Amino acid sequence: MIDVNVSIGTWPFRNLPCADMDVLLPKLGHHGIESVWLGNLEGLFHKDIAGVNARLADQCAMVNGVEALAFGSVNLTLPNWEEDVRRCDEIHGMRGIRLHPNYHGYTLDDPKFKVLLQNAAERNLIVQLAVTMEDERMMHPLMRVEHVDTTPLVEVLAGIPNARVMLLNAFRAIRGKAIDALVDTGQVDYDIAWLEGTSGIESIRKQIPVEHLLLGTHSPLFYYESSLLKLSESPLSDTELEAITTNNARALLA
Amino acid sequence: MEIWDGHCHISGYSGTPAERVEQMVALADLMGVARLCIFMGSTFQQDPTPEQLRKANDEILDALKAWSSRAFGFVYLNPKHLDISLAELERCVRKGPMVAIKLWVAQHCDTPEVDAIVERAITLDAPIFQHTWRKVSGNLPGESTAVELARLAARHPKATFICGHTGGDWEQGIRAIAPYGNVYADLGGGDPTAGFAEMAVRELGEDRILFGSDIPGRSYGSQLAKVYGARISDTAKAKIFTTNLKGILTPALARKGVAL
Repeated sequence: MIDVNVSIGTWPFRNLPCADMDVLLPKLGHHGIESVWLGNLEGLFHKDIAGVNARLADQCAMVNGVEALAFGSVNLTLPNWEEDVRRCDEIHGMRGIRLHPNYHGYTLDDPKFKVLLQNAAERNLIVQLAVTMEDERMMHPLMRVEHVDTTPLVEVLAGIPNARVMLLNAFRAIRGKAIDALVDTGQVDYDIAWLEGTSGIESIRKQIPVEHLLLGTHSPLFYYESSLLKLSESPLSDTELEAITTNNARALLA
Repeated sequence: MEIWDGHCHISGYSGTPAERVEQMVALADLMGVARLCIFMGSTFQQDPTPEQLRKANDEILDALKAWSSRAFGFVYLNPKHLDISLAELERCVRKGPMVAIKLWVAQHCDTPEVDAIVERAITLDAPIFQHTWRKVSGNLPGESTAVELARLAARHPKATFICGHTGGDWEQGIRAIAPYGNVYADLGGGDPTAGFAEMAVRELGEDRILFGSDIPGRSYGSQLAKVYGARISDTAKAKIFTTNLKGILTPALARKGVAL
């Protein structure tokens, strides 16, 4: 199985055991996870994001037994952010990047976002965009962060047919017709970490084709087992299960 | 490991109340859940009228006729309609099959009106499940916090309370209820945020925590993970999943001749 939504690093508001590789790796092995797509939580907060990405790449390179693919952070509000994209690709050999527009303070109608998607598409980098990190009701009062408004994404993607974006933690904020509009682009994928309600996968696949759904856990902020248990909660064929847990991610890497 | 779910709703399904519980039981079987505590009827009313209260409770009673082997009922009350609420308590718990009380967001739970409900609940051995949440984005007008429940619990040390959602903001909720041994923490209904069960065990002890899911609004996966994924002992997990809830419901069940 491939988990596309894992982070390491420090979260300012809570001790998160699985943010530590020494805790995370045995858990991955226990659950039969063969590959993880790793971001660094420090990428949300640090201004020296090149340093964050370098440390992430080093940590991933040292992992044994599980494939750990580093997804570097890019902050479009920082000067020379293009260099971070270049380093992720050319120096670190990363397969993708992870964006946190709401923590970095820009919206998806920012012209730089379109430039980034074009750049990433040319480099064949997967772009992950975290819509939500925490329940908005539970945030620290000094750090309340809105969900990312994905409305502009539909128009942006229309202008870049070869771009593809994976939304992480999407389903607290994006529902109903907003999902339909994104699905119609055919260029958006979703992880199941924030999929709620009983039999959630069974419900969401009526709206989102299975080939666009991927296993993501939002670890270490969420208990690792949450998304895994969701796989048992919906009646899925072996083919659907393999698509969500492995094959859809592999197809994106191909 | 046997699992009892202390926090379920029949809303969000289709059909009669019994048919709704049938769908819930099918999912419970799939996820290994043995018993379901159900409350509040097919439509949520934040500030229910007397008629709405009776309808919600009638639906639960209907469901229990078919599913008493798998489900327990909590009577839904509104302290703003005290006489009606006490009558519903009489009808559904003392004379009926229900075993506990559900209070939601109609009235803050530390207001004096709630005292009469609590005093009657003590005589019936009926635990009181009080929804609590502390939202940085702002609470509903009558929505209680764990701090308010702690005040109520302090006034009624002989009553048993369940702190629904452990205050939502569970790091504060756990602290609020910690001094009151008659308040149990409900794990249900929030995100599967890592550390919840661990902090609850550390601060409250493993005997004061209850598994609840808040289905169907929540996924069984996300809610079970709070226990399965927690770095706590298997003994603690067993208590949270079953023993603790069984313990606080046993006196009310015994009154009805239900042997577990």
